[in-house]
Amino acid sequence: MATRRKKRISEFESPYTVANAFKNGNFFTRLGMVLMGSGNFAGKQIVKGFLFLAIEVSYLMFMINSGFDHLYHLVLLGGNEQQEIWNEAKGVYEYTAGDNSLLFLLYGVTTIFITIGFICFWRTAVKSGYKAQCLKKQGKHVNSFVDDLRSLRDGNLHNALLSLPVMGIVCFTILPLIFMICMAFTDYSKQGDHLVLFHWVGFKNFAKVLDMGGSIGQTFGSVLVWTIVWAILATFLNYILGMILAIVINRKTTRIKGFWRFCFILSAAIPQFVSLLLMRTLLQPNGLINALLQNAEIITGPLPFLSSATWARIVVVVVNLWIGIPFTMMQVTGILQNIPGELYEAAKMDGAGPVVTFFKITLPYMLFVTTPYLITTFTGNINNFNVIYLLTGGAPTPVGSTAGKTDLLVTWLYKLTIDEQYYNLGAVIGIMTFIVLAIVSLITYRNSGSYKNEEGFQ
Amino acid sequence: MKKEKTKSMHVAALVRDTIVHMILAILAFVWVIPIIFIVLLSFSDQKGAYVTHFFPQGYTLANYVKLFTDTNVLNFPQMFMNTLVVSIFSCIVSTLFVLSVAFCMSRLRFKMRKPYMNIAMILGLFPGFMSMVAVYYILKAIGLSEGSMIRVALVLVYSAGTGVGFYIAKGFFDTVPKALDEAAYLDGATKRQVFTKITIPLSKPIIVYTVLTAFLGPWLDFIFAKVICRADSRYYTVALGLWKMLDKEYIDAWYTCFAAGAVCVSIPIAILFVFMQRYYTDGMSGAVKG
Repeated sequence: MATRRKKRISEFESPYTVANAFKNGNFFTRLGMVLMGSGNFAGKQIVKGFLFLAIEVSYLMFMINSGFDHLYHLVLLGGNEQQEIWNEAKGVYEYTAGDNSLLFLLYGVTTIFITIGFICFWRTAVKSGYKAQCLKKQGKHVNSFVDDLRSLRDGNLHNALLSLPVMGIVCFTILPLIFMICMAFTDYSKQGDHLVLFHWVGFKNFAKVLDMGGSIGQTFGSVLVWTIVWAILATFLNYILGMILAIVINRKTTRIKGFWRFCFILSAAIPQFVSLLLMRTLLQPNGLINALLQNAEIITGPLPFLSSATWARIVVVVVNLWIGIPFTMMQVTGILQNIPGELYEAAKMDGAGPVVTFFKITLPYMLFVTTPYLITTFTGNINNFNVIYLLTGGAPTPVGSTAGKTDLLVTWLYKLTIDEQYYNLGAVIGIMTFIVLAIVSLITYRNSGSYKNEEGFQ
Repeated sequence: MKKEKTKSMHVAALVRDTIVHMILAILAFVWVIPIIFIVLLSFSDQKGAYVTHFFPQGYTLANYVKLFTDTNVLNFPQMFMNTLVVSIFSCIVSTLFVLSVAFCMSRLRFKMRKPYMNIAMILGLFPGFMSMVAVYYILKAIGLSEGSMIRVALVLVYSAGTGVGFYIAKGFFDTVPKALDEAAYLDGATKRQVFTKITIPLSKPIIVYTVLTAFLGPWLDFIFAKVICRADSRYYTVALGLWKMLDKEYIDAWYTCFAAGAVCVSIPIAILFVFMQRYYTDGMSGAVKG
C-alpha cells in the first residue's frame, strides 16, 4: 500500500517546487517570493508577470483596506457592546450596528478563504518563476502568454474546465459550510439574547448536546435513535419490497409487464412534494381516509394518524414505502435482468424453491452490485427532509420540546435554526449528522463485497 | 401417471399466476388511487378544506380557471414563470458544470483529481441545507436577497454547487472506449477537441439525463426556495406556492385549486421524468454497444 501511494504521488511530481525554487533559484526567482511575478519578468513572461503582480497588489490593498480588520474582528466577533465604535469604521459596514457579529464572522471567514487562495497563487507564481529560470538556463523555449492560453485547450484543459465549478463549490458549498461549522463554536442563539452580538464559546455547545442529563441532550438522544431506526427501516424495507415487486413483475409468466411497471412509475413521476402534501391532507383527523372509514362505520372516531407518536411513526414509514418502492423497482429491474440465468437453473436443478433462490442467489447478487446505491439511499434517508417536513412537520411535538416525535436530525436542525433561532445548536446537530453519516458509510463501504472483492461475481 | 402430474403442475402454475396477478392488481390500485383522487379533486365543485367522498358531488372547471385568473393572493401563473426561468438558467449552468467536471475526472489525469473526488464525497455527507442559512447571508452580503435578484439567487443556489454531483456522468464517460481518444490524439487532436468532438457526441443519453435532472431540480425543490424567498411571494416557485395553498389561512379557499395546480405541474414533470428514466437506463448500459 505504502509503495503504491508513493508511486501515485510521483506520477505528478515536478522538479519545479517551492522548496527547490528557494534552494536553487536565482536572485529574481527568490525576489519573486516577495514581489510576485519578478521571476517571470526575468524569463520574459511579461503578461504573466504583470498578472501575478496585479494579484499581489490587489490582495495587499484588500488586506490593508479591510482584510486585517476582518481578521481582527473574527477573533473578538465584536465583543465590544458599544455599538457606535463600529459605526465609525470607514463605511465598510453598511449594515446597522446590530448585525455585527454575524457579519464579522462571515467577513472574517471570507478573508481567510481569500488568503488561502492568495497563498495558492503565490505558490504558483514562485514555481512558475523558477520554471522560467530553469528553462531559460537550459536554453529551452519559455512559454509565452499565448502559449499558456493555448495550453488551456490541451494539457491544462482541466484548469479551464474545473475553474468555474470549483469556484461555485467554494463560494456556495464550502464557504457556507465552514461558516456554519464556526457557528457551532459560538453562542449565536436567541438564548441570552445573543442574536446580535455573540462570542466564541469553544466546545460548550457540543457538551450541551451530548449531555444526556440536560433537556437538549435527551432530545438529541431520542431524535438520533429515531433517525437511525427510520433510516434503516426506510432503506431496507424499500429495498427488499421494491426488489420483490420487480422480481414478481419480471417473472416469465407475468402478463402485461409494461402496464404494471407503468402503474408504479406513474406515482414515482409525480413530484414528491405533491404526493406528500396530498397524503398529509388525506390523513388529517377530518381527512378523506378517516371520513371514508367512518362512513363505512368501520371506526367510530377518527384514527390519530398524525397526532399519536406511534401512529405517526408508522405512517411516515408506510407513506415512504408508497413513495420509495417504485424508485427501487426502477433501479433494480435492469440489474435483475443481468443476473446470469445459469445460477437460477442450477438452483432449480438442486430443488431450491423461490424463497431459497431469493435469499441464496438474488439477494447476495443484488447486495453485491448495489451496495453503493444502498449507501446513497441510506444517506438520503438520514437527510430525508421532505418526507418528514411535508408529511408530519415532525409532529406530534411534546410540550416544551423543540423536536417532535417524528423529527429527524435534519428537520430538527431546520426547526432549531429557522424557527427557534438556536443557530449554534443547529450547527452542532449538522456536524453530528455528518459524523453519523461518515461513520455509517465508511463501515458499510469497507465491509461491502464490492469493496473487499471487486471481481466476486464476474 | 406422468401426464396427470404435468397436468396438476399446470393447474398449480395457473393458480399461482392468478394469485400473483391479483396481488399486482391490488398493489397497482393502491399506488394509482391517490393520483386518481387528486385528478378528481381538481374537478370537484365542492368548497372547503376537507372532502368526505371519494367521487366529487359535481364536476367543474372553476378550479383551473381560478388558479390561472385569481392572481391577487397567490399568483400561480407567475410562480410557474418564476420556476421556468430559474430552472432554464440553472439547467444550463449545472449541465455545463457537471459535464466538465465529469470529463475531467474520467479522462484527464492531474494532481488534484483524487483530492477533488474525495472532497466531493465528503461534502455530499453534510446535510444539504445545513449551509442554507449561511448561503442566505452570503447572498444578502452581495445584494442578491431582495427583489428581482432573488431569481438570480435561486439560480445560483441550484447550480453553483453542482460540481460535486458528477458521479453518474463520470461513470458513463468511463464506458466510452479509451481507444477512440487515443486514435484522436494520434491524429493530433487536442484534449478539448476530444471532449467536444468525441466524448460529448457519444454521450447523448447521459447528457439528456443530466439536463433533465438539472431542469427538474427547481420544480421539485421546496426547502431551498423557502429559505431564499422568505415571505416575498412574488418570487415563489410552484412547490412553495402549492405548499402555501395548504396553509391554514388559505386551505379553505384553495384546497381544490391546490389539486388543480398539482395536476398542472405534475403532467409535464411526469412526462419529463419518464423520458429521464429511459435515458438513465440507456446511460447505464454504456456508451458504445457491442
